[in-house]
Amino acid sequence: MAASLDSAQGLSRQPPGRPARAARLRLSGLFWRHPWAKALLLLAPPLLAFILVYLASLVALFVSSFWTVNPFTTELQHIWNVDNYKTLWDSSAYRTIAVRTIGIAAAVTIADAVIAFPLGYFMARVAGGRSRAFVFVAVLLPLWSSYLIRVYIWRLILDDKGVLNWTLQKVGLPAANIGYSNWAVWLIFTYVWLPFMILPVYGALERIPESFLEASRDLGAGGITTFRRVVLPLALPGVIAGSIFTFSLTLGDYVTPLLAGGASSQFIGNVVYDTIGSNNVPFAAAFAAVPLAVMGVYLLIARKLGAFEAL
Amino acid sequence: MIRIRRAHVLVAALAAALCVPAAGISSGNGLPTSIGKGEGQLNLIAWEGYTQPQWVKPFEKATGCQVNAKYAGSSDEMVTLMRQGGGSQYDGVSASGDASLRLIYGHDVQPVNPNLIPDWKNFIPALKSPPHNTVKGVHYGISLQWGPNTLLYNTKLVKPAPTSWSVIYSPKYKGKVTVPDNPIQIADAALYLSKSQPSLGITDPYELTQTQFNAAINLLKQQKPLIKKYWALASDEIDLFKNGGVVVGAAWPYQTNTLIAAKVPVKDLIPKEGATGWADTWMMSAHVKHPNCMYKWMAWVSTPKVQAEQAIYFGETPANPLACPIMNKLSPGSAAQYHCGASAKYFDSIKFWKTPVATCDNGKNECMDYTKWQQAWTQLKG
Repeated sequence: MAASLDSAQGLSRQPPGRPARAARLRLSGLFWRHPWAKALLLLAPPLLAFILVYLASLVALFVSSFWTVNPFTTELQHIWNVDNYKTLWDSSAYRTIAVRTIGIAAAVTIADAVIAFPLGYFMARVAGGRSRAFVFVAVLLPLWSSYLIRVYIWRLILDDKGVLNWTLQKVGLPAANIGYSNWAVWLIFTYVWLPFMILPVYGALERIPESFLEASRDLGAGGITTFRRVVLPLALPGVIAGSIFTFSLTLGDYVTPLLAGGASSQFIGNVVYDTIGSNNVPFAAAFAAVPLAVMGVYLLIARKLGAFEAL
Repeated sequence: MIRIRRAHVLVAALAAALCVPAAGISSGNGLPTSIGKGEGQLNLIAWEGYTQPQWVKPFEKATGCQVNAKYAGSSDEMVTLMRQGGGSQYDGVSASGDASLRLIYGHDVQPVNPNLIPDWKNFIPALKSPPHNTVKGVHYGISLQWGPNTLLYNTKLVKPAPTSWSVIYSPKYKGKVTVPDNPIQIADAALYLSKSQPSLGITDPYELTQTQFNAAINLLKQQKPLIKKYWALASDEIDLFKNGGVVVGAAWPYQTNTLIAAKVPVKDLIPKEGATGWADTWMMSAHVKHPNCMYKWMAWVSTPKVQAEQAIYFGETPANPLACPIMNKLSPGSAAQYHCGASAKYFDSIKFWKTPVATCDNGKNECMDYTKWQQAWTQLKG
């Protein structure tokens, strides 16, 4: 309403003979008076794509989880029911799979945080320009190679006749034999997602002003107290932000468990993949809703802890 | 269930009859009696290794039909692909027995006239009208190749040499066993039980009552702690035998060939209980866009030379025994190695993959259907 009024006024003030320029001026005037209109125009295309591609497909997923398939021909039948969710709830196997997925995702996140903190601290506070650049490249370098290749390399390392067992044997230790197991899955995930934890942790640590640390020291706090009461609280949002990446990436993955897992290494993603392969899309949709719910809860907690300010 | 299925067949036949004018002159039973001019294109879904340039290139040259093939990794995937986009995206599929019936009853494929395939009459009798592609006398495809799922073992580390499937269920090789990651593996357990526990009364490993099914699942549950990994890709199993510390497992002849070529001391066999196996069929989509090219393709891959080439490449047995001498010419001894022209007795010792359905052979509705197999398999792996 306001916009049309403005343009009506603009029309009366229009200098004769220069309609194109006048229109442009009028438009920029409009945007100047109403910043939200400019924002809306800028955001409209990505927002539309977001709603259509992302939200619509999520809704479609959720709706189809209440349908069913013909057991023999596996054709989709649009019969509304909650059997898929009931199967998920009743079967201990699916509960185990969900717990394993969430558990390993949490373990990966913790391991990544423990590794990333000293590394991020070194990059932000200790390293000089050149060595910082070197560490940056070293952290990011693995991201340049294919994810699949990295998993296969780890498989070679952890194999019974792999590098790890060979090395252990050389130094006189018993063989680890962790190839094709949940340990292998945990280790590979920890490695693969590490850069996604290091970068936000580094960002958070770098933003802590030097004066805070000096003040802490002046007030008589030792290194541990400074770390516990100044550095850690200020860096925590960075850790939480990184954990959103490591946790959600692990939660949704199915390739590493498939390639490097053992006899009991199914993730939610593997079950979804298998059930879609066997044409039971509704059940796959129902199971895929579980990580969605978990992530929703996780993001709510992360927001409470201020993670989004560190992103 | 039976009545519904009959109706399905009728509908499928009717739909096929409506499609026929596209494929030459129609005859009394609604099937084409001659193959017309090729349409220039042919879109196929195939197992990896089934559309090698070795025999596809000469086909394209001879018929002018450009072959576009998509590889599928499992029977389930083949069924999915055949239905994609209303089912008109692909002209044909090399379906195994556990997919072919699903495609027939899901009316995704249509009847074909085997008389248009000159080599069809040379096929071994068991593969002319096998139950996995011929329903009530109506042919829904042309048989291609077949083979057993074998027991593979490391000759240095597994002693004495196994003769029974019991070796993959015994704790002796704990943590050194691998079996396919596929629900149809339940049939392997059922086959073993049919011999080791005759009191269960298993006659067909794909038709299991609740009791028989539970027994098979229990056996697989006991086997689980022995398993190093359920393999999903043939290359996974090859890696496991090479570096992964696995010494015995269920496999295909393809893995044996590859491992022997890599100098790994392995051997395979069909144990005394017999084996499960696959028998593949080229089937024509119900919504086929290039029917003449599809017929030409089915005729081409049935010829002795192509049959021999494919058999050697993949490590399987041709449906056309005229291929045996050519196999020996291409690779001496290969005909015997892959049981080319094998006796009916050998053929019958293999229980070919088929889709488990709720209706047992005796007509009773008490067997476990494939959805139950899939769910049991997922829960077994846990």
